[in-house]
Amino acid sequence: MTEMTLSANAITEIEKELEKYPADRKESAVMAALRIVQDEFRWVSKEIMQEIADLLEMPAIHVYEVATFYSMYEHKDVGQHKICVCTNISCQLCGSKKVLDHLKKKTGVGPGETTPDGRITIKEVECLGACGGAPMMQVGKEYYENLTTDSIDRILEGLD
Amino acid sequence: MIDESKQNLVCFRTLGKDQPWSLQTYIEVGGYSSLKKLLKEKTEAEVIIEEIKTSGLRGRGGAGFPTGLKWSFMPRTAPGQKYIVCNSDEGEPGTFKDRDILRYNPHQLIEGMIIAGYCIGASVGYNYIRGEFWQPYERFEAALAEAREAGLLGADIQGSGFDFELFVHLGAGAYICGEETALLESIEGKKGQPRFKPPFPAGFGLYGRPTTINNTETLASVPVILEKGGSWFADLGKPNNGGTKLFSVSGHVNKPGNYEIPMGTPFKDLLELAGGVRHGHRLKAVIPGGSSVPVLPGDVMMELDMDYDSISGAGSMLGAGSVIVMDETTDMVDALERLSYFYHEESCGQCTPCREGTGWLYRVIHRINTGAGKKQDLDLLTDMANKIQGRTICALGDAAAMPVTSFLTQFRSEFEAKINNKAAV
Ligand SMILES: Cc1cc2nc3c(=O)[nH]c(=O)nc-3n(C[C@H](O)[C@H](O)[C@H](O)COP(=O)(O)O)c2cc1C
Ligand code: SF4
Ligand code: FES
Repeated sequence: MTEMTLSANAITEIEKELEKYPADRKESAVMAALRIVQDEFRWVSKEIMQEIADLLEMPAIHVYEVATFYSMYEHKDVGQHKICVCTNISCQLCGSKKVLDHLKKKTGVGPGETTPDGRITIKEVECLGACGGAPMMQVGKEYYENLTTDSIDRILEGLD
Repeated sequence: MIDESKQNLVCFRTLGKDQPWSLQTYIEVGGYSSLKKLLKEKTEAEVIIEEIKTSGLRGRGGAGFPTGLKWSFMPRTAPGQKYIVCNSDEGEPGTFKDRDILRYNPHQLIEGMIIAGYCIGASVGYNYIRGEFWQPYERFEAALAEAREAGLLGADIQGSGFDFELFVHLGAGAYICGEETALLESIEGKKGQPRFKPPFPAGFGLYGRPTTINNTETLASVPVILEKGGSWFADLGKPNNGGTKLFSVSGHVNKPGNYEIPMGTPFKDLLELAGGVRHGHRLKAVIPGGSSVPVLPGDVMMELDMDYDSISGAGSMLGAGSVIVMDETTDMVDALERLSYFYHEESCGQCTPCREGTGWLYRVIHRINTGAGKKQDLDLLTDMANKIQGRTICALGDAAAMPVTSFLTQFRSEFEAKINNKAAV
């Protein structure tokens, strides 16, 4: 595995984020920094949190606290495709359990697991604010709504 | 039936147009005219705030606080930086309206935020968008770029001498960041843990500076109110319940979705608009304002109107207008178990009654649902819910307790049945 370190590109992007906040409030960009890193590596290591801390001139422990507080940050490697299935109330009412069952049938893995080939990770998540399209799931950054077993098959086939 | 001429009048006015999110479309429907007019005429902030008060606009994020009054709390002429913050965190289960404002009418939110900034004396605004909303975020960013390009954002807007910059802060998955002071902590680069109040954000907000926080729908309503007048907006609704409202209808209906209709519309008309209960089933229950408000039986709901007073008269709340519909097939114990899991999962852990209590609520409901419930569990649940309510820093504690007490009150027999028939499970 490539070593996780801040790329020049990531630093440029983080610096762009810093322009949003007062000059003496660099730590405001910590969430963006973690996202930028995760977009590149799929997860965030403690080492790279230290680098973020140095860049934003904040204690590493604060970066760590933030990274563990918010549910979107990953602390170990996940599959190439992260599938987040909403099972909250509206999705539950509209059959999110069937979505999970079908995903399990197709991929062999359930919530919190990754396929042995490292392609797909499945997560059960809270309401994603798309309840009108229940049941729904997020794959990477995209939302997929009004899921049926057929549409799930097509989505899975479309993944590289 | 709701007259079509009464639909999509405010936040959804670009809907149905080609590229509803573009600057060009927004200008075609009258967009940015309120802003340009007030900048040109140098309208006094007090005059605008009065107009908002006349409109009867109340916070659309859930609490329903009068927006004009909130703005008037800001020390607008005091020196130093002040902020306007938009809450697009949208995490309350059942709520999905702000996402559509971001996707389909982002410019109206931008205009609303600039006007709010003008009224409260803020030259910087942040829109806090939940991290999962990537597509809406990109839409909003594209609209910001268009607005900057058109000289509607930045220094000396339209030669008025008024400066305003607007940025997005993306969340990263935490329902609690929808609570306004947790949201401010999050922008400051911290864990999203609510602050003790007082001090209130109008005195001590973002970076310790005076700050106003409003919901996406609240701010996006402002430009139309100023264009058409406060009384025009107020008259669309009912006294004390002015204007139109976006209702997110989900669950067991044939046409789930967002419907922008006048406040005070009978629930049965909204249900009809949403295609009625699926498969011709009987309506069993409705959570009228998002997962945190008390559930009501279907027959009670059928007599109510969709406004603050009517819903609260029946013992629930309009909340964010998130209507979760449940038909006769719904297992209420199952539904409550899922909701209780949610609050337990999302508690930020600062207050003992919430941190420990939400865990207990979930575990007891789980055991009832899995056939291990005990006779005394229902009283235990009520007792625990009462011990959380009113004893916490933020309203998440109450939000966790209210579904429990209301489900137990309205659908007690289903819980008793699961406890008594445990052998059969
Ligand atoms: C746990 C919790 C979650 C909340 N989530 C949201 C949210 O996602 N969006 C929102 O606008 N308000 C949310 N609120 C309400 C905000 O704290 C605040 O009242 C609101 O943003 C104020 O804007 P308004 O006056 O325009 O409604 C939440 C409150 C609590 C206690
Ligand atoms: S009530 Fe719960 S969520 Fe709110 S501050 Fe206390 S522990 Fe955190
Ligand atoms: S409940 Fe699934 S998106 Fe809201």
